[in-house]
Amino acid sequence: MSLKVEYLLIAAVVLLAAFFAFHALTTGGELIASDDAAEDLIFDHNPDYEPIFDPIFEPPGELESLLFCLQGAIGALIIGLFFGYYYAMNKVKKREQKA
Amino acid sequence: MHIMEGMLPTEWAAFWWAVTGIILVVSIIHLNKVVRKNRDVLPLLAVSGAFIFVLSSLKIPVGISSSHPTGTGLSSIAFGPAITSVLCAIVLLFQALFLAHGGLTTLGANCFAMGFFGPLLAWCLFKFMKKTSVNIYFTVFLATFVAGLGTYIMTSLQIALAHGMEVMLPLLEIFALWQIPIAIVEGLVIVVAFKYIAKVKGDFLLKTNVITEEQLAKINS
Repeated sequence: MSLKVEYLLIAAVVLLAAFFAFHALTTGGELIASDDAAEDLIFDHNPDYEPIFDPIFEPPGELESLLFCLQGAIGALIIGLFFGYYYAMNKVKKREQKA
Repeated sequence: MHIMEGMLPTEWAAFWWAVTGIILVVSIIHLNKVVRKNRDVLPLLAVSGAFIFVLSSLKIPVGISSSHPTGTGLSSIAFGPAITSVLCAIVLLFQALFLAHGGLTTLGANCFAMGFFGPLLAWCLFKFMKKTSVNIYFTVFLATFVAGLGTYIMTSLQIALAHGMEVMLPLLEIFALWQIPIAIVEGLVIVVAFKYIAKVKGDFLLKTNVITEEQLAKINS
């Protein structure tokens, strides 16, 4: 277990970022969301298909990023609280043992 | 990964809603039981849900498409597919209502793929592999990887069932193939999270029977 998993994670993230940068540079950064790509595929295959229902509320681009960000922030807050709480708890326990 | 609003014909939307409905009812009863029996694991439940929140909000552009990780690995190995499906239903409802990402009519199908099918594969794999001598980190990694990839394969199958099996392969190319690099990074994220949970509060992993005491001692040594 000498190989640290943290280094592996960093390496994987860097590789993914490099792959993405390379792709963006070679194709001019054209990217479609996979959901949309799937939608196009369905319409190509099945041109008469009518969606049975439309989204109730479709946020404009900027607002969509904001809401995605909010979703991530809520999660990150809970993760931070969890690790912070138990990290501090361990520290206090150690100090009490010493005293 | 989600199937967009209205993209499943009524009969398929209803079918997946029925399947997911049954799963969710059983799961909520199960969740209540687990929480009542063992209130101490609530923080681990919260943090597992939080990882689904964070990771599924990261849209990462890969190849011809953009996908996002599912983040269900941690809750799959800690709590199993039933509880994961409840957590996923919350996330998917948020995205369907406010982000026009996924949809209400397709929520049943999406929740089945992301909340139940992928996690079920991961859970079975983890249960089986943790008894072998395979490195525990690698086991966690593989389970998370399978949860992410399984979700996308199920999504492709759901669309193909409704719109003709010919679209299965191109869909797998869009969904699953490009999901592989993402699933690798996601797997490593969960491995690191797993390592730190074992470090700061290994009791959680013992109480939920994720690992044995010897395995915990080995991680922290």
